[in-house]
Amino acid sequence: MDLAVVWACLIAFAVAAYVVMDGFDLGIGILFPRFRVGKERDTAMNAIAPVWDGNETWLVLGGGGLMAAFPLAYAVVLPALYAPLIAMLLGLVFRGVAFEFRWRDPAHRAFWDFAFCGGSLVATFAQGVTLGALLQGITVKGRGYGGGWWEWLSPFSLLTGASLVLGYALLGAAWLIWKTEGPLRDDARRFARVLLPLMLAAIALVSLATPFLEARYFQRWFAWPGLLVSVPMPLLVGLTGFLLFRALKGTRDWLPFALTLALFALCMAGLGISIWPDVVPGRLTIWDAAAPDRSLGFMLIGAGVMVPVILTYTAWAYWVFRGKVDEAGYH
Amino acid sequence: MFDAFDAIFLARAQFAFTVSFHFIFPSFTIGLASFLMVLEGLWLKTSDATYEALYRYWLKIFAIAFAMGVVSGIVMSYQFGTNWSVFSDKVGPVIGPLMAYEVLTAFFLEAGFLGVMLFGINKVGKGLHFAATCMVALGTMISAFWILSANSWMHTPTGYEIGANGQFLPGESWAAIVFNPSFPYRLTHTVIAAYLTTAFVVGGVGAWHLLKDRANPGARRMFSMAMWMAALVVPVQILAGDEQGLNTLEHQPAKVMAMEGHFDSHPDGAPLILFGIPNSREKRVDYAVEIPKASSLILKHDPDAPLAGLDTIPDDREPPVGVVFWSFRVMVGIGFAMLGVGLWSLVARARGRLYDWPWLHRAALLMAPSGFVAVIAGWVTTEVGRQPWTVYGLLRTADSAAPLDAPAVAASLIAFIVVYFAVFGAGTVYILKLTAKPPQPHESADPAGPIRTAGITPAPAIEANAGEGGHA
Repeated sequence: MDLAVVWACLIAFAVAAYVVMDGFDLGIGILFPRFRVGKERDTAMNAIAPVWDGNETWLVLGGGGLMAAFPLAYAVVLPALYAPLIAMLLGLVFRGVAFEFRWRDPAHRAFWDFAFCGGSLVATFAQGVTLGALLQGITVKGRGYGGGWWEWLSPFSLLTGASLVLGYALLGAAWLIWKTEGPLRDDARRFARVLLPLMLAAIALVSLATPFLEARYFQRWFAWPGLLVSVPMPLLVGLTGFLLFRALKGTRDWLPFALTLALFALCMAGLGISIWPDVVPGRLTIWDAAAPDRSLGFMLIGAGVMVPVILTYTAWAYWVFRGKVDEAGYH
Repeated sequence: MFDAFDAIFLARAQFAFTVSFHFIFPSFTIGLASFLMVLEGLWLKTSDATYEALYRYWLKIFAIAFAMGVVSGIVMSYQFGTNWSVFSDKVGPVIGPLMAYEVLTAFFLEAGFLGVMLFGINKVGKGLHFAATCMVALGTMISAFWILSANSWMHTPTGYEIGANGQFLPGESWAAIVFNPSFPYRLTHTVIAAYLTTAFVVGGVGAWHLLKDRANPGARRMFSMAMWMAALVVPVQILAGDEQGLNTLEHQPAKVMAMEGHFDSHPDGAPLILFGIPNSREKRVDYAVEIPKASSLILKHDPDAPLAGLDTIPDDREPPVGVVFWSFRVMVGIGFAMLGVGLWSLVARARGRLYDWPWLHRAALLMAPSGFVAVIAGWVTTEVGRQPWTVYGLLRTADSAAPLDAPAVAASLIAFIVVYFAVFGAGTVYILKLTAKPPQPHESADPAGPIRTAGITPAPAIEANAGEGGHA
């Protein structure tokens, strides 16, 4: 296996880690206005306050890692997604500072709660748009982006944006079912029961639209051996959705989150099947864009040592804050 | 309606704005993290409640500053691509790995242990909590190491090869890239600058509370600690700055010429221009106040040594003189003002008047934000002085930008300006509100704090524990 493949897997891992980890705390931000002012909102915030910063660091690893391992892809993709990325960054500014600011300024807490929700919503929607814009293909000219400033905007990218909002919101609701109790958990269950069918519908729509974006996706999914995956995939998604629906009525509070993760894993696997081995779908393969082996090898030493260490102390930090949380912090 | 120059100018303005704003926070949190580590270590060692109170007092402020540093830092990791994509493509194989190491070894460390540091003191025990504080402090230092290595490489590129596709590629040795010639000097100068920035903030806050109540033990302790830093570390910083200047003279002489305002060569000893108004059109410094031969004495340690001027540099390889000339003087001026406060504090200590010399406290209060100004001025000096290059002598700034469309860059620049001033302005107000209250040690001994109303959460819990109950 060559270094470009190793690094593609590592960056895919970073992106996946980001999506599930920041996904639930962005999702709680999206649902925030639906929680009652006071105890419920404070508890929801406490369920993520100690971990959100670490979660968001995976986004920096995804971006920084892409620049280091696939600099050409980074140089092509980021200008192509200029507007959604700037919107995402500004959204993350608002929701990141809200974690501290809402406690510091009770007189303007309503404003920072709005900033927390708005920032989370904008950042999530922009990330979904980014995914859609990448899938539908971007214009490459020479070693750079060759399209216009609104190329990312299409019905498909808006669909993926809305889908990710539903997905993160479901993930956030599932996290709250696990980490809280009482009326907030009841609310989270209620939201999850509404969000689940919407999310499944969104998955279906995106999955049906994707093969028609480009002939190669169609080939990949509807020609042998792609049929081996494209037939069981909807069944697996449906089964997971069914189990999740039942889990939402059950008493095992951790189960909805685990099953939502499984849903996300299936979506990401499908995404991987569509685009592999491209780093800019349909335009650049990982080998076209890869940095030389000297760069990849040097970084792999660091990643090989540090990623297990990071996962260990991240797990420890989650372990410290295990169990149910309430409005007065952790008990 | 815009031409290409405008788009590049706007992209530069955007990068300068976002990086300058961002740099304010780490230059505070690098020092503050180490200060917190020292405070908590002394608290554990001596069980002195004053150290505990100060730890909790500054931890609240650290939490706000750190959050602002994180969110403004994430912007930076994407700006390279959105606005400087050609630079990223060409230089990514060399400096990308340095930044990846920063994420892997520093950012995760800081973020992973920050939650425990802020919210975990009653969950993990004092020893482990202190370890978490140390990890956050260590993370800030490692972060400075890697990002300044990458930045220094852009100033003094070594250890690279040029690929067939025009990319900069790593050569045989990564050590030659990481430890490029300007890196040790820049790292030393910048990290000390961060420490001094924090020391003067802490000293200013201590002075403010001494002016109101000179018996407050927390105010006395923090003022004393900060003034030791000022007295002992400012002289070291002046030496470190001089060393970096000599290193710059060796590798980027045009930058030093602009700093000195030397439009002309001086074959038999160059004067030190103290003040004046650089006139780039006429290529001279108007109304110059100068000390003859002093510049040669400082830079060459020989009053008669010849020094080349900007007349030896082609116009299209010169940095803008005015900005560099002024920002350098602001930085140096603040450095000597800091030295003055440090020496004054020694005199005060010797006379036993450290805590009851209101004019010293007023001076320290005035100097509280000086570190930020000096850091930004120094940053402007080195980064504008590096122009017109992104990779010095090899890749021009004008050839580094993304295929930019001026209206898009202008719109995002305005958005950044509005959002940053609003959000980080609010954060600064919150920090000032926290520092306006004196540290109150006697209440901090009770970890349960005052009776809490519904809605009290980790962040206010820290506040309550730090002895703010009397005000709540």
